Amino acid sequence: MDQTLIEQEKAKLPGNRLVSSDNVTEYTTLNLGPIHPATHGVFQNVLTMDGEIVIDSEQTVGYIHRAFEKIAERRPYYQITPLTDRLNYCSSPINNMGWYMTVEKLLGVELPKRVHYMRVIIMELARISDHLVCNSVIGVDTGALTGFTYVFQWREKIYDIFEQICGSRLTTNIGRIGGMERDFNDEVFRLLKNFLRDFPKVFTEFSNLLERNRIFFDRTVNTGPISGERALNYGFTGPNLRAAGIDYDVRVANPYSSYQDFDFQIPIGQNGDTYDRFMVRQGEILESLKIIQQALDNMPPGKFFADVPEFYLPPKEDVYNNMEALIWHFKIVMGETDVPKGEVYHAVEGGNGELGYYLVSDGGRAPYKLHFRRPCFIFYQAYPEMIRGGMLSDAVVTLSSMNVIAGELDG
Amino acid sequence: MSAITNEFLLERLNQEFGAKVISAELPYGMLSIVIDPSVIVDMLKWLHEDKILKFRFLTDICGSHYPDLKDKELCVIYHLQSMENNIRLRIKAFLPVSNPEIQTATSVYSSANWMERETYDYYGVIFKGHPNLKRILNVDEMDYFPLRKEYPLEDATRTDKEDQYFGR
Repeated sequence: MDQTLIEQEKAKLPGNRLVSSDNVTEYTTLNLGPIHPATHGVFQNVLTMDGEIVIDSEQTVGYIHRAFEKIAERRPYYQITPLTDRLNYCSSPINNMGWYMTVEKLLGVELPKRVHYMRVIIMELARISDHLVCNSVIGVDTGALTGFTYVFQWREKIYDIFEQICGSRLTTNIGRIGGMERDFNDEVFRLLKNFLRDFPKVFTEFSNLLERNRIFFDRTVNTGPISGERALNYGFTGPNLRAAGIDYDVRVANPYSSYQDFDFQIPIGQNGDTYDRFMVRQGEILESLKIIQQALDNMPPGKFFADVPEFYLPPKEDVYNNMEALIWHFKIVMGETDVPKGEVYHAVEGGNGELGYYLVSDGGRAPYKLHFRRPCFIFYQAYPEMIRGGMLSDAVVTLSSMNVIAGELDG
Repeated sequence: MSAITNEFLLERLNQEFGAKVISAELPYGMLSIVIDPSVIVDMLKWLHEDKILKFRFLTDICGSHYPDLKDKELCVIYHLQSMENNIRLRIKAFLPVSNPEIQTATSVYSSANWMERETYDYYGVIFKGHPNLKRILNVDEMDYFPLRKEYPLEDATRTDKEDQYFGR
């Protein structure tokens, strides 16, 4: 073959690799996953590799598909909450609250202000723990384990607060349709105060480890970039969309749960690369702390549940001593209360973006149709486009910076 | 930020598509229209390109099954959003279960790819022109569409469980 043609072909390829004289490039097929410690979940990517460069990727999803939408068609409304826990299990309280708000929207329930503020505190704590996991894992994938082990203690402290509020830690089932299951006790306020006092210092230390770190820059800047336009076309939401420069946040666009009362910023990035995604999450943690502080300072007095005896369980001592309460208790637990017919779409800002619930009710005890708009499922399809032409090690970092959670992916 | 009302949106849709917009509702503040399935791609493209409406964001696609509606058993539901105008729109297209075919939206929104695969996987809706229409969440060998209402959640061969005590 013509020698100049070979030289031209050589020049096109990244790096300084040799091309054989017959100009044939051999591609390797590599299975990344489904079980691989670097993918933090059950994802399979069949990569086509040219040396260490990713040429293309084919994704397989559905390894932990649990058919929640089918199960939900047979469950009374209150039994669907534990299913939502298992979508994005890094921030299950947000999923729980989103589901309650959807049902409350269907029923037309007006909540007391105190419930909104309590929910905001819980949701923002969940957002902090979600982003902490994601950001510290980006550190792990770039070779910095210290930050991860350090902030995980503080995720534990957030879980301690959840445990005080509802009794469970990871899959929380926190709150009820129509309010919260109980008021915050003094211990919750004490833990919250301690958290707000001590966490910012820890977080600054964590930020100092990574934010201006040369090695971290080299690994994250310009890896896995996506433009704002493509991100929007791919249905990105949440931190991944904001890193690409589009300031869409459901909390601001369609405020729910009294988010309009709070003063906070939406951090955005520019390039939509791994570093921007990391920095947007870092910024959001600080904003969440601000929101929690405001909610605590302005916590309104009053009841922690709405006046909806048809859907909110009566107190246990009333059930034992009061006929009417016993009847309501029985009817709620058996799912015998009437629900209006209608269709509702409600979205909340989950850890990964717009978590939507599309609920169709035919008046029966279970939804006629329930669809979860799972942000991970929608933005993960852009992954091949984002890693194409990059190194394999960058593909792993990109995956963790997108914060793809297997539970939310597979539904 | 220009504010667009649901009434204005419906008027524009009626002007552009006339009788193809079969009916319109406003449940819980979101405009919800039923359209002729044949115009779905034209409508999505028009909504996407329109200088005022700017529905650049496809929130969601899902399906639904209504066995009692003759020749309109399956429904494909599109949720769209215009971020600049902060307005949402729901579009429904009913299809007969004997021939559930509709044009794919992947040419307008890249995000439609997996959403349509999921809808195919659950309900068996065929999206014509889809680049890779195969099952996504369930196993490839599955020969039925599990979210259709004729498939009960519980094992249908069991006799020890009565439906009326365990849900529908």
